[in-house]
Amino acid sequence: MLEIRNLHAEIDGKKIINGLSLTVNDGEIAAIMGPNGSGKSTLSYVISGRDGYEVTDGEILLNGANVLEMDASERAAAGVFLAFQYPLEIPGVTTMTFLKACMNAQRKARGEAEFSTPDFMKRVRAGADKLGVPQDMLRRALNVGFSGGEKKRMEVLQMSLLEPTFAILDETDSGLDIDALRIVSEGVNALRDPKRSFLVITHYQRLLDYIVPDTVHVMSKGRIVKTGGKELALELEANGYKDFVGEAA
Amino acid sequence: MNARATPPQTPAEAKIAADYLGARLSLPGVAAVGAWRDNSFEAFMAAGLPTRRVEAWHYTDLKRALVEALPIATPPAATSVLAQGARLASLCPRIEDVDSLRVVLVDGHFIPALSDVARLPQGVTLRSLADALVDGDARLIQALSAPGLGKGDAALSLNAAFMQGGFVLDIAAGVEVAHPIEVVSLSSGAAPQAIYARSLVRLGAAAKLTLIEMEACDKDAFEQRNCALVCQVADDAALEHVFIVAELAARSAHVAHLLVSLQARAAFNSFTLARGGGLVRRQVFLRFDGEYAKAQLAGANLLKDRDHWDTTLIVEHVAPHCESREYFKSVLDGESTGVYQGKVIVAPGAQKTDGAMKSHAILLSDGATMNNKPELEIFADDVVCGHGATVAQLDEDQLFYAQARGLPKHEAEAMLLEAFVDEATDRIENEPIRTHVVGLIGDWLAARRRA
Repeated sequence: MLEIRNLHAEIDGKKIINGLSLTVNDGEIAAIMGPNGSGKSTLSYVISGRDGYEVTDGEILLNGANVLEMDASERAAAGVFLAFQYPLEIPGVTTMTFLKACMNAQRKARGEAEFSTPDFMKRVRAGADKLGVPQDMLRRALNVGFSGGEKKRMEVLQMSLLEPTFAILDETDSGLDIDALRIVSEGVNALRDPKRSFLVITHYQRLLDYIVPDTVHVMSKGRIVKTGGKELALELEANGYKDFVGEAA
Repeated sequence: MNARATPPQTPAEAKIAADYLGARLSLPGVAAVGAWRDNSFEAFMAAGLPTRRVEAWHYTDLKRALVEALPIATPPAATSVLAQGARLASLCPRIEDVDSLRVVLVDGHFIPALSDVARLPQGVTLRSLADALVDGDARLIQALSAPGLGKGDAALSLNAAFMQGGFVLDIAAGVEVAHPIEVVSLSSGAAPQAIYARSLVRLGAAAKLTLIEMEACDKDAFEQRNCALVCQVADDAALEHVFIVAELAARSAHVAHLLVSLQARAAFNSFTLARGGGLVRRQVFLRFDGEYAKAQLAGANLLKDRDHWDTTLIVEHVAPHCESREYFKSVLDGESTGVYQGKVIVAPGAQKTDGAMKSHAILLSDGATMNNKPELEIFADDVVCGHGATVAQLDEDQLFYAQARGLPKHEAEAMLLEAFVDEATDRIENEPIRTHVVGLIGDWLAARRRA
């Protein structure tokens, strides 16, 4: 699915990713944990194609395709989805309008027919119902005035409608209470599929109680310094990052 | 002795002076109009074309911009009227879902044959400016001069000296005009020309009207326009006004005056859509003469290349208990320049004035410039007045968010810009007209995307 080889990336001349390698297999849920400033969010931006990050070495392949040659929208059309830690508010653009524009832009980029309005509405309604997103939220400006939980739920709704093959969840648990965390996690779990992989970025083990990973990677100073199974997360929770951070130093 | 150095006359000013002396006797109007013209001409000659030394024109140097004064447009010959009718359909198709009554001007001159004159309802009177000036009704001429509004403005004086085209529209008291009246101002496009027009719209007490001003021209029309619209809105009357400005050729200069006086409980809601078109100065002089009146001035300015657009407003609260709102959004690309000068004056007696003014701009390129200058002059102590002005770039985070969801960069930009401008277009009350304006904005953004 995703193959990152010896990735080096910097922003404004500052090196953030230093020779990171990572493989995520089809259908796998990989978790990345690490202390503040280890480059976790940067990794999510570099994979999804944010402007301003310069890749100085290495490669990122998604099902064999070199994503570094694509801009952010092309990567999205190729199946990359980033669920934001802080989803952006877009005043003046209703959620419905935004969803339709994005879904059809991706379809167009893939050479598929755009959804008709009734077809689109049907999909959105069904998706929203599943996640308990009220219909009136869809008519409001995207994320404007939404609570933290509503914003994250909206991210999962977008993910379910855009049907990515590789989804990155960046600190999805931040700002969520237990109930919201459960709803969002159930939404993510419902999307588990042998043809869809996830990269779950988190500080805390808590999220991984709900979204159970196949692999856990510890990131420090822009590299993966330890890889293990889900029990590694528990170990980190008990002992902190100090054992691993030292290895990279 | 007067020690002030008089700046040398520019060739354009010399040509304007010669044109006036040549045309003076053939310009329409009774003796009183002639005297008004002469006085206006003298005022103009004393001041000259405005330069950046004139505070109100600081950001728009008309003297420098007007390299030559173009020949004055003549009324179109009867034979060409038919041809203009054919151009109308292509240059200015009817607005979808708006069954409007059309008033067609060609090069500023009212052309009844192309207008929906026969469909005008009872209580609506329409005639050409020339007829009204020749008729010479003293009250009408006084109304046309918009006493006290735009005083001392040289460009407005120039308009009064040369005014030929235009119309006078009266809505009788109590008449609510069901169909919008759409004034289409078409350029014949035959040759470079100067158009001077002045129009008067008077709403009697409790009358209601939606007025669309639509300028249409060929893409490369090289013109100098100096046109004024005077609106008088009587007690309890309501006027909604939408102005869609011509996209003239880059060398063109265009001054569009709006002079408004509002009586008690009158409502005035005006929206202007600008899509560049050379150097354009939009100036609005609005005065509250009666209590509890409301006015809203809004606009969307879309500029690119070397477009220069100047919105200058003077809103005078003379009567108490009135409400004024100004709301402008500008999008600037290329090497364009935007100007917003908004001045709200609250006279000593105008207690309980409620004023709010906003001008927000987004710059899309390093070469674009926005000059924002909101001003309040308050001489009453019990008022609520505020203003806000911002100049920013598109939000990088929002852009990336939309791109990461699959929208190509230009589409993401267009979506955010449309939403930005929507906050101004939302102020157009008439829904089909709003939809039309939003469509024109979408076209501009799409053209930018293709460029």
